[in-house]
Amino acid sequence: MQNIKVVPEGDSGLLIQFEQVISPAINQRIAAIVKLIRAQQISGIIDMIPTYCSLLINYNPQAISYKELHHRIESIVKMDTKTESITKKVYEIPTCYGGKYGPDLKNIAEHAGLSEEEVIRIHSSSDYLIYMLGFLPGFTYLGGLDERIHTPRLANPRVLIPAGSVGIGGSQTGIYPVDSPGGWQLMGMTPVKTYDPNRAEPILVQAGDYIRFVPVSEEEYLAIEKQVADGTYTVTIHEGEG
Amino acid sequence: MGFRVIKGGLLTTVQDFGRYGYQSQGFNVGGVMDARSFRIANLLLDNPENEAVLECTLIGPTLEFTSSQIIAITGGDFRPELNDDPVPMYTAIFVNKGDVLKVGAARTGRTCYIAFSNYLQIPVVMGSRSTNLKSKIGGFKGRKLENGDYISTRIKRRKYLPYFLSRTLPLHEFDDSNITVRVIMGPQDQMFSHKGIENFLNSEYEVTSNFDRMGMRLEGPFIETKKGSDIISDGISLGSIQVPAHGKPIILLADHQTAGGYAKIGTVATVDLPKVVQRRIGDHIHFEKISVTEAQALLKQEQHELQDFRNRIHKPCKEVLDVRLTAKRLEKLFPDA
Repeated sequence: MQNIKVVPEGDSGLLIQFEQVISPAINQRIAAIVKLIRAQQISGIIDMIPTYCSLLINYNPQAISYKELHHRIESIVKMDTKTESITKKVYEIPTCYGGKYGPDLKNIAEHAGLSEEEVIRIHSSSDYLIYMLGFLPGFTYLGGLDERIHTPRLANPRVLIPAGSVGIGGSQTGIYPVDSPGGWQLMGMTPVKTYDPNRAEPILVQAGDYIRFVPVSEEEYLAIEKQVADGTYTVTIHEGEG
Repeated sequence: MGFRVIKGGLLTTVQDFGRYGYQSQGFNVGGVMDARSFRIANLLLDNPENEAVLECTLIGPTLEFTSSQIIAITGGDFRPELNDDPVPMYTAIFVNKGDVLKVGAARTGRTCYIAFSNYLQIPVVMGSRSTNLKSKIGGFKGRKLENGDYISTRIKRRKYLPYFLSRTLPLHEFDDSNITVRVIMGPQDQMFSHKGIENFLNSEYEVTSNFDRMGMRLEGPFIETKKGSDIISDGISLGSIQVPAHGKPIILLADHQTAGGYAKIGTVATVDLPKVVQRRIGDHIHFEKISVTEAQALLKQEQHELQDFRNRIHKPCKEVLDVRLTAKRLEKLFPDA
């Protein structure tokens, strides 16, 4: 893989820039590089932020100089990661579409010139790659939304979107992890908490995992919501070769 | 054991160096705005370097102590008073049970820090005691301090520190309204036109009222790009300078989001962040380009300076203090004498 640049971002950050396009292959390569860097346990590295096609490393310059870190990273990015087999992990997100749970489903269907049922079928029939997390705790940047249901953001953003809302904003789809203002068209809700500060692992999913939306009835939604509150609900995860 | 918050002040939060290790899940680092003043506050009390403090913004809190301990206040000049008498900043101060500390309005700077010898009883959440206002985690109940809150101290540690009278350091003046801020260029500086870079490095930018813990928007000459300012979202660093399509710089500060989609023309050198965050609306900033090697050398220099401070407060005091001040501080130490 060519066109990799390793540059400073300030005196405590180092940015690895891959080819600046959104593609699953580059994203997987970044995930593999993160693993390689972790395995080397380079002292001074305090955090890593993988994004679509870059990897930002925060480091303590008292522990390692830019020059030295640059040198080590250059040799890591040259390493071959192709042989690494990647396990595909798909999280099932039960979602109640439409009605009071998805006030904009009608908009989305009208914009697409499809029936609401058709929109739900399309939205719930692909596995979405989580390219990165950011913006809010546990907010997922997903790729792979079917072009037929791309829908522009609301002209007038809502002041409050409840946590668990599933929506579409342009070519993106995702789940609001916390209550937040926002302009996405809301198509449904999930009772699953993608962010729960009281859980041992507050964030449910990681970059590189996949999300699959599974339509559920209101009855099922309420049952799962109760299980989540009681701490008895387990998210279904499918694992297999990617 | 601890203190009651009589008045919470404008934005008083518990902070330490911040929450690293969770940015890939969308948690911003947070932590203190002015790391240098924060370190000096803890240093004055021989506290661990990363011990949590109170960060006060523009108008400080009023606290009533329910047990005795030693505190230190650093940062902008907030004219603190103990029981209505002025007390010095950058100095270890003994406080008794019942004493009322009033941290006033900032005369200079924007932020000050209060460190406590008996440590704040604040749970560690994901490796840090910092308050994350957006995620509502960390700090005191994930929020700023409010009237009537009560914060306990963690240990029954120290009522006395060795070389107590030596524990005073030079004030840091934040009263300069025109500052030069050193910047490491990149990572997207090549997206700007020659004229854009010229304007950025040769103009004065004014601090606007759009200034909070997330960032500081500046007003000044247009910074032109070659072909727009949008990038595929990538990681943001503390001090990164974004230039959106409006052509004006935004310096990203402690509570900055983890990733963003605007080109970054440069990043403020870590040693210059304290003077950036201590600015007032209407102040002027001039940017100067330096290399990453130079910026890291400056950091090393600052580290030595802090070590000098540490040495200085661990020697007997040589009558350097004002006699009345010395008497006053001794009086606090031995109230029955």
